[in-house]
Amino acid sequence: MSEVKTVENMVSITIDGTTYQAKEGEYILNAARANDVFIPAICYLTRCSPTLACRLCLVEADGKQVYACNAKVKDGMEITVDTPNILEERRAIMEVYDVNHPLQCGVCDKSGECELQNYTLELAVDSQSYAIQDTKREVKNWSTVLHYDAALCIVCERCTTVCKDMIGDAAISTTKRGGEPLDKAYKETMPKDAYAMWNKLQKSIIAPSNGTDYTNCSDCGECTAVCPVGALTGRDFVYSSNAWELERVPATCAHCSSGCQIYYEKKHTSVFDRSEKIYRVTNEWNYVSLCGAGRYGYDFENRVESKDEAAFNAAVEAFKKAETIRFNSVITNEEALMLQTLKEKMGVKLVNPDARAFQKFLDAYAKAAGQSLYSYDFKEVMATDFVISVGASLRNDNPNARYAFNNIQKMNKGAGLYFHPVGDTLVPTFGKNVELFTHKVGLEEAALYLVLDLFADKEKLPEDVKSYLDSFKTTATKTVKEKVMKNVTETVIDEETGEEKQVTKKVPEMVEKEVTVEKNALVEMLGKESDAFDATFEKMMKKKESFSMIVGEDLYFHDRYENIAKLIALIEQTTPIRVAMIPPKTNSLGVALICDLDDEATGYTVGYNENGNFRLSALGNGDLDMPAMNQQEGTLTNMHKRVTPTNAALEYNGYELNDLMKVLVGAPDLTVDWTEKLPVSKGFKTAKFDDLPNGYLNDGTENRGYALENLSCEAEAINVEKIGENSVLEGEIVYRCNPQRQFNDFTDKAHEIFEGFGLYASPAKAEALGKKVEIDFGDRSITVDVIEDDRMEGDITALADFKSEADVYSLFGPSRYRKVTIRKV
Amino acid sequence: MGLEQFKNRNVGQQEYVMLDLEHTPQSPIGKFKQVVKRTFKPELFVGLGVTMREMINALFRGQMHTIKYPFEKLPISPRYRAIHEMLRLLESGHYRCIGCGLCEKICISNCITMDTRYDENQRKEVSEYTINFGRCIFCGYCAEVCPELAIVHGQRYETASEQRASFSLFEDMLTPIDKLNLQQEYDGFGAVTPNADENIKKTPLAY
Repeated sequence: MSEVKTVENMVSITIDGTTYQAKEGEYILNAARANDVFIPAICYLTRCSPTLACRLCLVEADGKQVYACNAKVKDGMEITVDTPNILEERRAIMEVYDVNHPLQCGVCDKSGECELQNYTLELAVDSQSYAIQDTKREVKNWSTVLHYDAALCIVCERCTTVCKDMIGDAAISTTKRGGEPLDKAYKETMPKDAYAMWNKLQKSIIAPSNGTDYTNCSDCGECTAVCPVGALTGRDFVYSSNAWELERVPATCAHCSSGCQIYYEKKHTSVFDRSEKIYRVTNEWNYVSLCGAGRYGYDFENRVESKDEAAFNAAVEAFKKAETIRFNSVITNEEALMLQTLKEKMGVKLVNPDARAFQKFLDAYAKAAGQSLYSYDFKEVMATDFVISVGASLRNDNPNARYAFNNIQKMNKGAGLYFHPVGDTLVPTFGKNVELFTHKVGLEEAALYLVLDLFADKEKLPEDVKSYLDSFKTTATKTVKEKVMKNVTETVIDEETGEEKQVTKKVPEMVEKEVTVEKNALVEMLGKESDAFDATFEKMMKKKESFSMIVGEDLYFHDRYENIAKLIALIEQTTPIRVAMIPPKTNSLGVALICDLDDEATGYTVGYNENGNFRLSALGNGDLDMPAMNQQEGTLTNMHKRVTPTNAALEYNGYELNDLMKVLVGAPDLTVDWTEKLPVSKGFKTAKFDDLPNGYLNDGTENRGYALENLSCEAEAINVEKIGENSVLEGEIVYRCNPQRQFNDFTDKAHEIFEGFGLYASPAKAEALGKKVEIDFGDRSITVDVIEDDRMEGDITALADFKSEADVYSLFGPSRYRKVTIRKV
Repeated sequence: MGLEQFKNRNVGQQEYVMLDLEHTPQSPIGKFKQVVKRTFKPELFVGLGVTMREMINALFRGQMHTIKYPFEKLPISPRYRAIHEMLRLLESGHYRCIGCGLCEKICISNCITMDTRYDENQRKEVSEYTINFGRCIFCGYCAEVCPELAIVHGQRYETASEQRASFSLFEDMLTPIDKLNLQQEYDGFGAVTPNADENIKKTPLAY
């Protein structure tokens, strides 16, 4: 999805007499929305498949009635939004939706933002012609965060659609309602579409798809966001506030590198406590999908009543004698630039392990590829139809990468290859063309070589790579059984006449046949059977046109990261695949670009949200308080290579980093005055913070901040090395990986996020490990709880790293995998 | 209309009519006679008769026209906007307020605040409700907007108190449960119109 509209792929259509331009192959509804033309529709979600549940988007196109949500535009198409017949249908549909809908708008959490209410008024429904006996529908809590009031549900299926097509959990689906059958007389008297819609509505209701009362999902809450009525709500939000009371603060989510656009919605805490509090997080759900951390991890603010001058002076002293500043990537670009200024002027070392690894990797990639940044953003990835993921625990590392992977399968009839050492039960359910390679730890290079082998234009490959790839191929003869139709002549006796007859029949017969098959040792090395994979791969490649690859943190923390980065550049050079990278933490990309990072911390250390001799902390447990991300303005660089602004939702009365800067080296008045100083040489722009937009346009264009410039640099010749056999790990392995919805101390602080700190293991492994274990890393050990994750598979366990206190990064060192000894405690 | 008539300030030219009045007596005896003549007219006794009649009516026939404020008070118009009251449902005794927040929203002096929560019976509970009577201008919008006729203006117009807070809590405004039988329906702005039934379209029911 490029943002430049080229003339070739635009067609012109006429809606109600006015001519508009639309993208070729676009649904009429989307084309109309992009051109600010209103067509009523409830059940359609922009980036998901049309469900045809509401049938409101009925329009007349070239004289035929079609549903605007699933009919594509054609050049010169004439569309009429309202005809007398369509208006009659729509009115009947809205009347049907209003049948038995509880009249509790006064208490409903939608509080006027209700689409049912809006369309009832829009279509001027002022009387009711239909009736049916109501069915008892009960309120249910599906999970720790989801609240479902079935009585309010209009079964538009937006929740089930988004859960399947975007999130990939498919945790909820329609089920039997057990309602009364419709009165037969209605079939004759009602408009056709309204009757069909009612017939379906009366039979279904939403429920967890696993047959229990509870959903087994990642608790992202996207279903509550898309619900047009008050049926689905966050449990914590139920009846706590009216929508109109909440002030919306546009911001950028600060938990992972997706950097999604969100709104913090805030008002006073209570009648007696007038200090403001965030009540919920909402999003532009047609254009961006949040994860559970973004939606529920909002109350991580650091409430500071006044400036603590003593602590501030101590901090100034600490900075003056500091040799090292340790920090993590949950900081804004402006703060990163401040730290870099400190380094330049005071000569301190800057230590940030996650950004450092990413920085080195990016540098190696830039040298090989001749461009400063990776090629694709994740929106472009989402538009492809074949996606490969290497070195990312898709479910945990980055929700948006996972949504993209899933969306490709569902919407683009796509296919996907997923290379990862930790087995996953969710990823294969994304689509039938998803192949999982659960390979040994350290074989990421083999995965990349396989990608080269499968996709590369062999002409373009360097000679040594070509011969290296060929060295994996062996031909073998294999006996396969084949079905052959054979003519058999039989003599049968006709039962009636008693005559003998010759009858020839075709009978299938299994014939053994010798064939030569090419075996690819790379596939075998990665844990799959070569010829079986060949067959599936052939199927996967059918009708595929665009290819993308997601690479993740495992590769940045790989001991052969340089070779891997070169391989990725080579893949981009010789195959149609374009690569997008997942920065490990929130602003790792920004930090990697802005700061000149060091590897080791030495001497007196100031920690910013990290351990140190003197601690600056936005968590409220340090020596000097700092504002948390929902209390400060600034910009973040997200994985879409975009610099996006975030605003302060809650007040903060203490000191911030800029105050320290003023004393130490001199600084402008405000933190956001640093925005225009971000380094242009790294692709930033000299834009003022206040000029940065933060929203989406009607056609889905992301109008947020600005995109980083992908600068071209001098490319070195790519000399890739062979697969490093030494990096393969075997035995008891622990993986540094957070559970879903946990990214850092801030998500952990939020009261609606319950995933604990511990060792995550597949059910079988968790049973074997018991409740609590000591993990011995050799030099150090850590004792943690074992937590079962039923979507994990295999023996590799995952140790969370979101608690900076536990200092898991230093336990793992330069790798994401470590061989350890685990003892039961 | 022109201004000519106002510009004519020559008063003496206008046609005044002189009244034919008696001359004021000059002599003492003349003055005395005038007083006696004016005092002892029969109208005096007509007036005294009316007073006597009203006194008898008031004292003996129960037609007293004055009241003994503050022991007695006159009824006031239903449209009068005094201190608010919170009404209860007559059937269950539960408070009528559903916590919709419309009064809070419409209040032009921003004096109503409320907190709501999801209670154990899966209902919206009004956990806190206050009106700041220091700011309230008694405009009546809250009563008019209330969809449940829960917040209404009562009849209590004596609002002198040591503290305004004495009126401002939900419990203070709520009809005491033991006086539920005395609760009056509100007829002021926002109440159901007498012909409301005529304006309603009936919804069919399948029961």
